[in-house]
Amino acid sequence: MAKRLAMPKSWHVESKPHKFCPGCGHPLVLKMLGEVIDELDIQERLIFGCDIGCSLLAWDFFDVDSIQTHHGRTTPVMVGIKRANPELLCIAYMGDGAGYAIGSQHLVNSAYRNEKVMVLLANNTNYAMTGGQMSPTTLLGQKTETSPYGRSQEETGNPTLGPEMIAAIAGPGAYVARGTVANMKQLKRFIKKAMENQLAGNGFSFVEALTTCPTNWRTNARQTWGFLEEEMAAYFKVGEFVTADGKREAK
Amino acid sequence: MIESPIKDEQKVFVTGNEVIAWAALAAEADIMYGYPITPQNEIMHYWTRLAPKYGKKFLQTEDELSAGFTTLGGILAGRKAFSATAGPGTILFQESISMAEMMRIPMVVVVQQRGGPSTATVIYSQQEVNMVTFGGNGEGWRVVYSTSTHQELYDYTIKAFNTAWKYRFPTFILGDGYQAKMRESLVMYKPSARGIELVKPYTVLGGPGVPGRDRLAVHLRNTFSVEEELYEAVMPAQEEYEQMAVEVVEHDSQHTEGAEIIIIAHGVVSRAAIAAMNRLRNKGIKAGYFRPITLRPFPEQELRKAAGHCSNFLLVESALGQLARLVKEALFNVPVERFDTIYKPGVGITAEELVEAIEKNRKVEH
Amino acid sequence: MLTKIVIAGEGGQGVQAIGDILAEAGNNEQKEALYIPNFGVEQRGGVSVAFVQISDEQIGSPKFKSADIVMALSERAVQRTKQFVTGDTIFVYDNSLIAPPEVDDEAIGLQTYDTVAPEAFADAVSEQPKSGKIELPRNAKCVIGIPATDTAQKELHPRVFNMIIMGAAVRAAGVVKIETVKQALESKLGKKFADNPKLREMNHQALQRGTELVGEALAKEGALT
Repeated sequence: MAKRLAMPKSWHVESKPHKFCPGCGHPLVLKMLGEVIDELDIQERLIFGCDIGCSLLAWDFFDVDSIQTHHGRTTPVMVGIKRANPELLCIAYMGDGAGYAIGSQHLVNSAYRNEKVMVLLANNTNYAMTGGQMSPTTLLGQKTETSPYGRSQEETGNPTLGPEMIAAIAGPGAYVARGTVANMKQLKRFIKKAMENQLAGNGFSFVEALTTCPTNWRTNARQTWGFLEEEMAAYFKVGEFVTADGKREAK
Repeated sequence: MIESPIKDEQKVFVTGNEVIAWAALAAEADIMYGYPITPQNEIMHYWTRLAPKYGKKFLQTEDELSAGFTTLGGILAGRKAFSATAGPGTILFQESISMAEMMRIPMVVVVQQRGGPSTATVIYSQQEVNMVTFGGNGEGWRVVYSTSTHQELYDYTIKAFNTAWKYRFPTFILGDGYQAKMRESLVMYKPSARGIELVKPYTVLGGPGVPGRDRLAVHLRNTFSVEEELYEAVMPAQEEYEQMAVEVVEHDSQHTEGAEIIIIAHGVVSRAAIAAMNRLRNKGIKAGYFRPITLRPFPEQELRKAAGHCSNFLLVESALGQLARLVKEALFNVPVERFDTIYKPGVGITAEELVEAIEKNRKVEH
Repeated sequence: MLTKIVIAGEGGQGVQAIGDILAEAGNNEQKEALYIPNFGVEQRGGVSVAFVQISDEQIGSPKFKSADIVMALSERAVQRTKQFVTGDTIFVYDNSLIAPPEVDDEAIGLQTYDTVAPEAFADAVSEQPKSGKIELPRNAKCVIGIPATDTAQKELHPRVFNMIIMGAAVRAAGVVKIETVKQALESKLGKKFADNPKLREMNHQALQRGTELVGEALAKEGALT
């Protein structure tokens, strides 16, 4: 008998079915987040921030107080909330453009200051909502609307390794990991550990999730998973980079 | 590498964003710096595909702050650099524009207006007039061309480069999301085929010769120590702006003499204004219309002259009074019989609604 | 003379392609033509709407309040386009009984042709339609149901469904010729047709069928189906 999977209790039923494209990785990440919220029972204390881009479609996703901000500014808004009321749990949800381009200064500074918030970043290697432009994590050779002939290392360097960068500057008590929607159990474990890290008041928590975007990758189902599991996984190493006990390595 | 993008004259049927990419090529722009934001993204999409064929360059920056400042850098290095943005991006551009105002850098930026404030809609508005004319912490030393057709997007993009490089004030092509996304026909041409001479760029930083030995070093700053220094820098610039205004200001008006009502509109809404005017005139109502083409410098004298013929105005804009503010300032001390407005922030305006509104007002009067 | 046409359907049905090609045909006939898509923030989902105007004089504004022709390709599209209907409007909808229209972005050339950045779809109509009969507008000049999807599936090929709609729009509007539409089609899909001439034939047949379906319906004096 097939097991019927239910929606996480923390999901807001009225906003379902959601507005993400078929095959999008966002709802998978948000499902793992929803289960973590349920398991840790943090619906009341949690503030969910989302950015500009496809992440903004999650503005009414959860039965959690939420705010959609400006491009790249979700991290500082969450930091502002947390500093004013440390009782609250703050999670900033954003994409690779928001986190590593326009929001990178906020990410870097929040990491250095060891802000006790969580950043959950969905990496699908492009600016999806605006039509598929190149982003900091676009792979070499990958064709996008603003790299129509393929991203060139000579022109624009290598794709951004976000968790690695945060790991290099993170303070004591930080948690930094990269997961993938190709391994949901592991991704959920990372999200849960990041959230527990904030609950314990340790330091900055950061999880990047490798996600899919068949709409802008212009791939069918097989190609989509191929790109995620082969090409993206080869460059973006999955694992924990910094754990709260101070261990630093990519497993 | 293909030499010239445009044949002498060529009728085409394309979207507004595509027009701008071709016009920038025709104007011999060298490099575009940009950042994704709807509804101007396709300018980058076309430019990145055309660029390698014509030896042009492109950089997508990390955000609009950077896009603005990299554009300034490119210009100081003696290249025709430009950028494009919209909405929240236009806000971020104000910092670099202010630097361009103070340092007289020939910045060229296309703004495709979308709803506001904040993220609002990605679609359309005329709500960036405040920002593009007077945003930033300066005095609005800007030239702003508000276009209404694809032909104008083409003509004024070419003109913007010339205006910027001749007078050295940041210059804008103010379009909107409708113009950006719609398709209509226009004639693309090689500027020289129409007797338009392109102003050549000049290098400010990094010219030939060893600074301090072969030539003076170029030392640029935008900071002053005391109030008097600032005053002595600002006042002459204002004077230059006013002198430039006389040569650069543009407007369009029809049937203002003998009019019983004048519709005031700018940008794409002026098309509806003209269509409404024609329909009303066919019904025997003496409607006229006035359209500022440059919002900065504003055609103040021309508007005051029109008000002398008829000062019963209906001002229409897809914003809450941003054009009206400029108009009221221009009409200061001029007796105005009546000033009605139709404000539809972020919403398109059709000729039908203008005709209906004017006919209704007349019934009320009579 | 100004003709205002609205085409609406689900994302992936090729609505924008139809609008774009109609406008291009108008432009090719030396008329003033203007086409603009409706778009919101979502990449996919919601009703896709195309606004087309063809005129002898310069066109006043890109959008309009009332249409001369409305083509509604899905239940949600019927809801979405009611606001454009007046006593002068010819309202054409797909009344296929067999199956809902096929949605496929990889369909025969036409549906891969996305004219604008993919955020092309209105966010205004994301509520689910009520199941049951479609409520058609009552105030139109005439309401014409054509079994475009059924015809495509039974007689031609499911993926030329929107070519049937295109033919229907040409016949209903009467403002561009089928020949110029074929030319516009050729300029977009010429390469695909060169590789597979049967595609061209099928698209042309679909166009023809569309004009016939509307012609027949109009002859019945716009009977409500």
